[in-house]
Amino acid sequence: MQRAVFLKSLRQGVERRLPLIVVSPLFALSLFFVYGFIAWTAYISLTKSGVMPVYTFDGLAQYERLWATPRWYVALKNLFIFSSLFIGISMAIGILLAILLDQRIRIEGMIRTIYLYPMALSFIVTGTVWKWILNPGLGIERLMRQAGFENFTFDWLVNSDFAIYTVVIAAVWQSSGYAMALFLAGLRSVDDEILKAAAIDGAGPWLVYSGIVLPMLRPVFLSTVIILAHLAIKSFDLVVALTGGGPGYATDMPATFMYAFAFQRSELGVAAASAVMMLMTVSAIIVPYLYSELRGTRK
Amino acid sequence: MRRRRTSGIVRPSGPGAVMLRGLLFAVLALFCLYYLVPLFVMVATSLKSLEEIRAGSFLSLPREITFDAWGKAWNAACVGVRCDGLEPYVWNSVLMTVPAVAISTILGALNGYALTKWRFPGADIIFALILFGAFIPFQVILLPMARTLGQLGLAGSVPGLILVHTVYGLAFTTLFFRNFFIGVSDGILQAAKVDGAGFFGIFFGIVLPMSLPAIVVTVIWQFTQIWNDFLFGVAFTVGDSNPVTVALNNVVNTSTGVKEYNVDMAAAIIAGLPTLLVYVVAGAYFVRGLSAGAVKG
Repeated sequence: MQRAVFLKSLRQGVERRLPLIVVSPLFALSLFFVYGFIAWTAYISLTKSGVMPVYTFDGLAQYERLWATPRWYVALKNLFIFSSLFIGISMAIGILLAILLDQRIRIEGMIRTIYLYPMALSFIVTGTVWKWILNPGLGIERLMRQAGFENFTFDWLVNSDFAIYTVVIAAVWQSSGYAMALFLAGLRSVDDEILKAAAIDGAGPWLVYSGIVLPMLRPVFLSTVIILAHLAIKSFDLVVALTGGGPGYATDMPATFMYAFAFQRSELGVAAASAVMMLMTVSAIIVPYLYSELRGTRK
Repeated sequence: MRRRRTSGIVRPSGPGAVMLRGLLFAVLALFCLYYLVPLFVMVATSLKSLEEIRAGSFLSLPREITFDAWGKAWNAACVGVRCDGLEPYVWNSVLMTVPAVAISTILGALNGYALTKWRFPGADIIFALILFGAFIPFQVILLPMARTLGQLGLAGSVPGLILVHTVYGLAFTTLFFRNFFIGVSDGILQAAKVDGAGFFGIFFGIVLPMSLPAIVVTVIWQFTQIWNDFLFGVAFTVGDSNPVTVALNNVVNTSTGVKEYNVDMAAAIIAGLPTLLVYVVAGAYFVRGLSAGAVKG
């Protein structure tokens, strides 16, 4: 009898705590694989680790080495060039296409599908295709020469000064449709009554968009910039597939820099330090964003 | 996406408006070309012989259609030193993607359900901490993950990749389901609780059947992400256990011998086809996943 009561209360206790029992192991996974690993990498960045990890504390020496490495500056400069152009051009194309598609286009669904399909492709596939289109031997350069422009040169892909721009070209092709989709969703959420009122007041389409609609889309601007910036900082696959980080290390980015130092040059300490720099940059962008987003949905 | 019932801003009236409308379609068509040309180039090049590629332009249609490059890309192209084509690597990707998608989706559904419908103290903080994992640059976990996989005896293996994708996919799947469940009214659940239904009873009996849209969005998102992944594949596998994206990159960047652009393009299509098909069949769900990637549902 007592046993039955005990079992019943045990069952109820377990039942009451089931949500916690289900979430806990998953949360533990996250704690271990995300925060535990971040802590490990952060600690390694403060040690003498080279080919193998060592655990003796060495202060900020690896960060001093990182910031004394010319290749790191190339990576940072590339990241800056790449992200500003990539974000700027993708946003411009995204806004333009979203506004144009918002004009009661009958085949809108089909056009949208075409604009967005590159997002479904792997960056490796995108890189492979653009590598072929942009290669100086048989691609655009030869096409123009065959068309009569004998001296046309377009060798950006193999030119260290311009190779980073080929990464921009391919990345914009892949992701501008994404910006379009986000802006279109934003446009659709603008109240029609406002637009009607503006039209009655005699405002032309230019004024309606620049003066009323786009300012209302400020939150969409913000989230699109953040998503694209996040993509830019993490960009790794496209660089590898398109230029392999070359010529030399001319198109290195922090992500490829970290990979090269970790897996090819076996300088774990420097690799860990660069990874921590990346994490800090992403966190500075993402944490305030997540905070403001979540505060809105919290009930 | 919701369509507006009222008319748009550009109203067709008078010759000026008609011209504007024409311009509108011209720009839209131009951008269609911009997005489609690389796809066309990829398909056209894959159907040409190497002689034709060298003689003609990359924009021309193939004069003689040949599927040789496809055959070679599938089972004879050299990936590093092994010349069996992409086929074994496609199977690696399938073996990696299917379990990783299934496990991360189920766990994400459970997690999202527990965090929204059985609110307990700290649920919000737990969710925020899990969610952050979706946005970290994965470079910061590469080194410890490689060591952990080694200690688990999973280094360089497909099961190892399944584990990695499940763990880091969990943040996103939890986000998707949480956003979905927040919109589900608590009324039905309360009634079921009063009737004595438990945590799992409600989950399997009520919640899961009604969350089909969320499941589809999550499965498509996870499938696309995991199939297209390159970073984990290249960092944690070697040779025979490479997923198809890594193998494709190796095919393209194999420096020995003649550069076979037609084989490269056929290989790129093979690697890209599964996600492209999913997109064509279920594009609307894919777009919903993309906008959920902006955190709010």
